[in-house]
Amino acid sequence: MKNIAKTGLLAATTALMASPLAAQDAPGIDERVNEVFANVTGPFVSAIFAPFPGTEFPWIVMWLVIAATIFTLYFGFVQFRYFKHAIQLVKGDYSDPNDAGEVSHFQALATALSGTVGLGNIAGVAVAVGIGGPGATFWMILAGLLGMASKFTECTLGVKYRNEYPDGTVSGGPMYYISKGFKELGIPGGGFLAILFSVFCILGALGGGNMFQANQAHAQISGIVGDYPGWITGIVFAGVVFAVIVGGIKSIANVTEKVVPFMGIMYVGAALIILAVNYDMIGWAFGQIFAGAFTGLGVAGGFVGALIQGFKRAAFSNEAGVGSAAIAHSAVKTKEPITEGFVSLLEPLIDTVVICTMTALVIVISQQLIIDPETGNYVLNEAGNAISTVDGNSGVALTSAAFGSSISWFPYVLALAVVLFAFSTMISWSYYGLKAWTYLFGEGKGSELTFKIIFCVFIVIGAAASLGPVIDFSDAAIFAMAVVNIFCLYFLMKLVKVELFSYASRLQSGEIRKFAH
Amino acid sequence: MTAKIVIGLDGTDTGERALAFAKDLASKLDACELLAIYVIEWSPFTFQTAEENEQRHKRREEEIALATTRIVDPAVQALHDTGFNATGLVRHGDVAETLNRLAVENGGTQIIVGRASSDGFAKRIFGSSTQNLVMHADVPVTVVG
Repeated sequence: MKNIAKTGLLAATTALMASPLAAQDAPGIDERVNEVFANVTGPFVSAIFAPFPGTEFPWIVMWLVIAATIFTLYFGFVQFRYFKHAIQLVKGDYSDPNDAGEVSHFQALATALSGTVGLGNIAGVAVAVGIGGPGATFWMILAGLLGMASKFTECTLGVKYRNEYPDGTVSGGPMYYISKGFKELGIPGGGFLAILFSVFCILGALGGGNMFQANQAHAQISGIVGDYPGWITGIVFAGVVFAVIVGGIKSIANVTEKVVPFMGIMYVGAALIILAVNYDMIGWAFGQIFAGAFTGLGVAGGFVGALIQGFKRAAFSNEAGVGSAAIAHSAVKTKEPITEGFVSLLEPLIDTVVICTMTALVIVISQQLIIDPETGNYVLNEAGNAISTVDGNSGVALTSAAFGSSISWFPYVLALAVVLFAFSTMISWSYYGLKAWTYLFGEGKGSELTFKIIFCVFIVIGAAASLGPVIDFSDAAIFAMAVVNIFCLYFLMKLVKVELFSYASRLQSGEIRKFAH
Repeated sequence: MTAKIVIGLDGTDTGERALAFAKDLASKLDACELLAIYVIEWSPFTFQTAEENEQRHKRREEEIALATTRIVDPAVQALHDTGFNATGLVRHGDVAETLNRLAVENGGTQIIVGRASSDGFAKRIFGSSTQNLVMHADVPVTVVG
């Protein structure tokens, strides 16, 4: 292992020395890459993000929200009925003490959360509120609540149809439940759909789970220390990620896994302090959220604009229906797959309903969005496509300014949080991508190393260039995962219902009961 | 009544002293069983990577095998050799909580442990496993210095 890590560092150093030359040629190369990529991937990106005819509403957002609504109804509002039970499961009330030492419900949930909590919660929400106004928050919360049912469905299946190998390791995720579940139901095409999902998952991992993160992390760092070439950030990130995923240097991953939850708590804590200081404005802020949700308060596109932004950002942030969480949740130790489904429904709640709402409330309360005092409506910017902000900020800078207006030093903490969130999201997605890769190409050291090296190379590319079309493409790939995954979930959801009925009756009869701790 | 003495092993000298004390005590009792337990410190509320989770079951088996062959089996064998009726257990969990639970579950009449094997900063704040055991145990506890 040590040798591999050394080789990696050597490779990184060599690349570091060679890069200034490459950087000089970068613009030309970037442009060419952009052009080729845009031409090749354009139709795919346009198809995924295509609006409904005559509207600006992307069909993919509707696809996710309709699915979440159907799952919510089909399972009889499982996210509310089993909410308390989910908390008890995470607390370990139903865990057999003799299973101690195995992956607990809490650990599976925390791992999955570290993959979803990230830039979506900080930058994505600012984009949603900046374009759709405070009303977007209402639709975001609604989408988050509905998304809980999608997570429940996919994560139950993830555990139920995972592969358990003789050496005790496990592999799970949509590719496994699609192929096995379809076979069980006697429906053809499961193998093909599983392969299709895996392909999109690899592309999504390299794009949204990697290049986008590296790119935004660099933007954040250069915003604080001043502009410098992106490849430097890329090389550093790639080196650290390489050390973790190839070199097996667990200490780095361990530190991140411990610091990231702390950052998350600190972020929510800071938001709560700002809300507490401005407690007299909380009522007003919620008033803005509700009024904006149905009238738009003058934002571009009116209330439909608010709705699109809210739905879109919730889906981007919590990944409910994408299938990624099913991979992370499938390592849990449980005899009842459905228990992990219950636990996973807390994920969109924490990610979207709590953290995203905090961001939105802080932005609204800190009055970064300019309101016309006469009409009470929001003032649009010159282009007319977003709300004017105090310093003209948008995205992560808007969140930063909102927090900074109350806690002056918080932008520095936020920058650190963004970098760490980006890093932990990359580590998570490297695993999701790897699982899809090994599903396609088989498990083995050589095959795994190939993917991991490709993954690290993409970090450098992602940080070095502003490859708009590439990033569009990677977002599209993540949502393409949702197209395949949700299509298959419609067939497989009856299997989850059988589990739900069986578990509910045994819970009621007292067959499943709490352990004394 | 048969006394059942539970011994908390920790793989260090303090555990050995607890074992020696238990032997001494048992030799003075008519009917006595000994149960040597090694608890692998583990919490269900830690943060791990997906890859660690995937490997967790395998690692757990390895940890149990290692603790059994290195610590518990030699201790039980030594007790057998000196004519005692002894068994051993390896479990994961919070040390104090697990020792107490296993003692109660297995009908242990008392627990013998060594005093805190380290006195680091964290231990000063949160207390050692021994302190926690003494405070919360359901059966008498003897702490060997």
